[in-house]
Amino acid sequence: MRQVVVIALNTFRENLRDKILYNLLFFALLLIGFSVLLADLTIMEHQKIVTDMGLAAINLVGVIIAIFVGIGLVSKEIERRTVYTIMARPISRTQFILGKYLGLMFTLLVNVLIMLAVYLATLAVYRAPVHWALLQAIELIFVELLLVTALALFFSTFSTSTLSAIMTLGFYVIGHLTTDLKGIAQKNHSEAVQAVMTGLYYLCPNLEMLNMKGQAAMGTSVALSYQAWASAYGLLYAALLISAACAVFQRRDF
Amino acid sequence: MDAILVEELTKKFRSGWPWLPPVTALAGLSLSVHKGEIYGFLGPNGAGKTTTLKILLSLMRATSGKVEMLGKPAGDLKVRRRIGFLPESPYFYDYLTADEFLAFYGHLDGLERAELGRRIDHLLEVVGLSEARTRQLRKFSKGMLQRVGLAQALIHDPELVILDEPMSGLDPLGRKHVRDLILGLRDQGKTVFFSTHIIPDVEMICDRVGIIVKGKLLASGRVDELVSNGHTQSVEIVCEGINADEVPSITALATRVLQRGRHCLVALPGPDQLDEVLAMIRARGGRLVSVTPQKGSLEELFFKQDDMTVGMRSDTKV
Ligand SMILES: Nc1ncnc2c1ncn2[C@@H]1O[C@H](COP(=O)(O)OP(=O)(O)OP(=O)(O)O)[C@@H](O)[C@H]1O
Ligand SMILES: [Mg+2]
Repeated sequence: MRQVVVIALNTFRENLRDKILYNLLFFALLLIGFSVLLADLTIMEHQKIVTDMGLAAINLVGVIIAIFVGIGLVSKEIERRTVYTIMARPISRTQFILGKYLGLMFTLLVNVLIMLAVYLATLAVYRAPVHWALLQAIELIFVELLLVTALALFFSTFSTSTLSAIMTLGFYVIGHLTTDLKGIAQKNHSEAVQAVMTGLYYLCPNLEMLNMKGQAAMGTSVALSYQAWASAYGLLYAALLISAACAVFQRRDF
Repeated sequence: MDAILVEELTKKFRSGWPWLPPVTALAGLSLSVHKGEIYGFLGPNGAGKTTTLKILLSLMRATSGKVEMLGKPAGDLKVRRRIGFLPESPYFYDYLTADEFLAFYGHLDGLERAELGRRIDHLLEVVGLSEARTRQLRKFSKGMLQRVGLAQALIHDPELVILDEPMSGLDPLGRKHVRDLILGLRDQGKTVFFSTHIIPDVEMICDRVGIIVKGKLLASGRVDELVSNGHTQSVEIVCEGINADEVPSITALATRVLQRGRHCLVALPGPDQLDEVLAMIRARGGRLVSVTPQKGSLEELFFKQDDMTVGMRSDTKV
């Protein structure tokens, strides 16, 4: 366990010293700021625009960090051959993967909290109501980020960075369309299309389950039991991906 | 119990394309390293040195064969606590300072704080990086990286130290430092196993050497044994005042005669003809400048095998 923590802390430190992260964070703040500007320019409900766009910004920037830091998490260590000296230590490969994942998880948590703070401040300025549903939405966004990170990590254990990024992005997009996939499968007459769509439906994580930004912006919260189930679903999916990543990594020659 | 035991180790790499045959990097390598000795693992580029070390550290899986370190099969996590490793042309987390870098490895090895602080101070001193301890590794030169890599391998005071080309990238003074460091480790009773393709590195400090060519151990034993092992030592004479290449009785005995201005170099196959040739030189009014026995056998062993290595001869002799 100590080994996992050592790797996680070092990964967190690596992220902190990476300029990309600050750029992205800056981008998030810019987006939130932009929502304010947009709200002033339009005749629509100011408060709703700010509420909506803030959530979207947190989600978007979080996903970008999860994908782009996630794919490099382990593959960069292999490419730069920094694994050699680490794997020569009394640490198992599974502990290494868990540590890397935990480190990025911590980075994401800190980032989401910073963005949340700015978001809440913006809402306060606009006197927009801070509904409990907003926090629910952000918790589920965080679960989604954990899942996307796990996807990126999983792909990067056996393919190149570019390919991993594309596949993670693909799964992310399809993951938000799974309900549509099922619809297509039911309506389409071609059996091949039906099989592919049904396959994708079951294979891809159902990310829409974790998306309640729309409702939250309207101030409609969901039942706690739903939130618990959705979180459990996302975390379980992430856990499966991480286990698979460990299994692949275990077999690798460096 | 040996510090390292390798038996019939083979490693084949799949070639990426199914129609190409696999690359055999190790073809039945066996060797053993005794406790407390410095063992030099000598071989030309591509011989399989790095592959062997990676299998020892279980960074790589062998195709077949047996590997033991300190009496435990490779991959045993506990035993890694007692082993230090420096990979070939090492790459490290470049966003860390030398201090943080060593602390990171110390934590992985489970050193406690006070002990770790002491070890870091000591090792930075030993490798001569005390001045640069708060500098990020991205600002380190190649030789400095090699040194901090050595410090990393020693941070937990391991019993067995495995180094892949520890002197590469170092200037002559740096090489000497590393040699002294390795000798110092042996004085403390540690075992050192290091790979190199540079013969003088091995001749000077190793208790025993193993010579690997094309994935097989060609010879192994004590350096002096290998050097004298049935090989006649060639001798080079440098003289002045005569043109030896115009003396048929000398050219008949010599393997090579070179005239360089006033100086003349006569290479003899062994010491037996030395007196005779010296007498001839003197008889013709030549003056002796030097006689150098050529300790060629390690090199001969090394180069005997294949043509690929011939090209290296020139740069290893300097
Ligand atoms: N990952 C790999 N995939 C395919 N072939 C490899 C791989 N690693 C090494 N080889 C091959 O195995 C052989 C031995 O390589 P190795 O790196 O062990 O040599 P070496 O003795 O360390 O050489 P050098 O002195 O240049 O470091 C070479 O022919 C090399 O091409
Ligand atoms: Mg090598």
